[in-house]
Amino acid sequence: MKGRIFSVVGGMFLLTVCSKGDRSAVQAAPPATQPAAEVSAAGGTITGKVKFTGTAPRNPTIDMSEEAACKAKYPTTPTEENVVAGPANALANVFVYVKSGVPAGQTFTAPTTPVVLDQNGCRYHPHVLGIMVGQPLEIQNSDPVLHNIKAIAKANRPFNVSQPGAGMKTTRTFSAPEVMVNLECNVHGWMHAYAGVRPDPFYAVSKQDGSFTISGLPPGTYTIEAWHEKFGTQTATVTIAGTESKTANFTFAAR
Amino acid sequence: MIHALLLVTVVMTQDTAAGKQVYTKWCAGCHGDNGAGDGDGARHMIPPPRDFTGAIYQIRSTPSGQLPTDADLLRSIDEGLPGTAMPGWKSRLSDRQRRAVLAYIKTFSTFFADTTQRPQPIAFGSPPGGGTGAEAVRVGRQFYDSIGCRKCHGDQGRGDGPSAPTLKDDAQHPIFAANLHENWRFNGGGTVEDIYHRLRTGLDGTPMPSFSDLIENKFLTDEQLWRVAQYVRSLSPKETPVVRDVVHAPLTKTLPRAPDDSAWTSIDVSWFPLVGQIVRKERWFAPAVTGVWVKAVHTADSIALRVVWDDRSESPDTSWLAFVGRVFNTLQSDDSIREQPAPWPDQLTVQFPVSIPSGMERPYFLMGNGSAPVYQWRWSSSARTAPVAGLARGVDRFDPLSGAGPGAQAVYDHGQWRVVFTRALASTDTASQLPFRTGRAIPVAFFASDGSNGEHGTRMAISTWYFLALDEPVPARVFISPVLAMMLTLGLGMLVAWRAQQKTSYRRQQ
Repeated sequence: MKGRIFSVVGGMFLLTVCSKGDRSAVQAAPPATQPAAEVSAAGGTITGKVKFTGTAPRNPTIDMSEEAACKAKYPTTPTEENVVAGPANALANVFVYVKSGVPAGQTFTAPTTPVVLDQNGCRYHPHVLGIMVGQPLEIQNSDPVLHNIKAIAKANRPFNVSQPGAGMKTTRTFSAPEVMVNLECNVHGWMHAYAGVRPDPFYAVSKQDGSFTISGLPPGTYTIEAWHEKFGTQTATVTIAGTESKTANFTFAAR
Repeated sequence: MIHALLLVTVVMTQDTAAGKQVYTKWCAGCHGDNGAGDGDGARHMIPPPRDFTGAIYQIRSTPSGQLPTDADLLRSIDEGLPGTAMPGWKSRLSDRQRRAVLAYIKTFSTFFADTTQRPQPIAFGSPPGGGTGAEAVRVGRQFYDSIGCRKCHGDQGRGDGPSAPTLKDDAQHPIFAANLHENWRFNGGGTVEDIYHRLRTGLDGTPMPSFSDLIENKFLTDEQLWRVAQYVRSLSPKETPVVRDVVHAPLTKTLPRAPDDSAWTSIDVSWFPLVGQIVRKERWFAPAVTGVWVKAVHTADSIALRVVWDDRSESPDTSWLAFVGRVFNTLQSDDSIREQPAPWPDQLTVQFPVSIPSGMERPYFLMGNGSAPVYQWRWSSSARTAPVAGLARGVDRFDPLSGAGPGAQAVYDHGQWRVVFTRALASTDTASQLPFRTGRAIPVAFFASDGSNGEHGTRMAISTWYFLALDEPVPARVFISPVLAMMLTLGLGMLVAWRAQQKTSYRRQQ
């Protein structure tokens, strides 16, 4: 009995001692990365367009009467951005990424340049973003009102921090791949953003015209997934040989 | 080194085996066999039991996003989470059992085994002095406003801010912004230190964020954040209210009919806790009204009863309809028909027996029954000045009475209802309308419903029987006797002194 207690205490001591060294890595420790595999700029490229069929649901209007400072930033009543459509049923804000096919064990160094998430006019800019594991996410507030930024995640640790004034900045990182981490503001229930967290740089977010480009891919066969917050996911298989450019188009059914 | 690690592994295995036993017996009923917060009891709880698989914990000493320390988890096990269904286990389980179950709970999430996730407690420091002074409270209030607390907690802190109806937890369950006037119900404890710790760490999994970054961003100083905590603490009573069984109604010359009449300030207040009605279908496990504050006075011919309770919404309020929908989605109903949210009003019922009982026997506390009805005043926010008097014979039968019922005046103010009921002491119908008498213990009970929490019918908060006592006028002799006694004592004393002096001067002369 005594021996057991001793070993528990001893074990705790050991753990404590072992943990002393890397206090700085605690916030959201990036996984140890090998020297980056050369992502050849001349690698293969996948481009494509995302479209939808049917009628896009109307985005709900936002009642910003509680936040005059935000409301003043819009000439007309702002709406949510659940479905952002371009000309000819082009679909923006689709996160397109290489779901599988990147050789296991190949690691990529996260850029030190942060991805910026701006809160402006009580909406998130961008609404959908891609970020690498370990890459800083700089969250900034351009509104003179309280926002809280809550990350709802499963593979990553969640967080919930407040920014009560304009000019505030908070930097966070994610430690594990996750599609998607939901970001939301609880003060303004309409504010949602989505972050696709990837271990590699092979992802893109479709633009207003539905186009996207993923480049630098080494030769291989890849499963590409396109994710949309309302319309779900679509996949495609693309084989890249050498430095060629391949096309992968996605069509969602509006619902 | 390797030996030590092996030992730790062996010991931890033993701990989790013992922990599993404790867990299965005491915890799984609510938290579920696999720790996903989905035990049988979960269907009746708002907030729902913790889902251990995500390792997201509200009450921590670590920054938002970090795991809790073992000490943090042990504290929640030991003390429970006030304001929720989670009881404290310190007195029910041995030290060893609690540590074993703690080790077991950690096995539900891989985060605890991840060596890159090491919780580092925040160095909190201690509160700056002068915390209860007017200046500290003023500074605290200033920052309460500037950091946006009122957005959810409301201008006066009763959880009635503009964003309150939209609040959800990570699992999309409805969640109330805390009523800051009830610090005994704060999940992480109600002291200034507890409040400050929650401001620094946030309550992960809930809408409550961490405010630590504000200090780093020089938005405010650490001391100013402490002042916010001190201000929040100042909103609750100095001591947690205790239940007193009797409301004393002193005799006054005039009846204060308005809820905010200054005459009420000098009257003693009694607090009565309310709980969900779970005796009869529809049972209600998530009542929004947690208690009533009651004062009473009477004149020679009338009584005034002032009932005050905190309620986040002035129902009916359509901005809370979506919240009601989430409440219904979270709670399993025992009704066969799934109800749709509707804009129900707020309600308060004051209940008396039909006549003052001579012994201890009282009608059934939950609205009487067929053989022994109760006399009730039913007030509703949709008819504020016209409470309905009537006889209840069980929860589903209420017969309004005609004739002289009570009057009422009501005020809704920043998350609080204040209602004054008035009625003549005597009653024309002594068979069904209780005549009030002085010097007798009159049973009284309270029922409250928050329409914007989906409460109506038997979905309500209830109390048990308490007592109302109309103090008898104090007879004049009570005031005169002490004066007479004092004068007599003084007179006798002077006589004794005078005699003593006489004797002394007589001896000197000799």
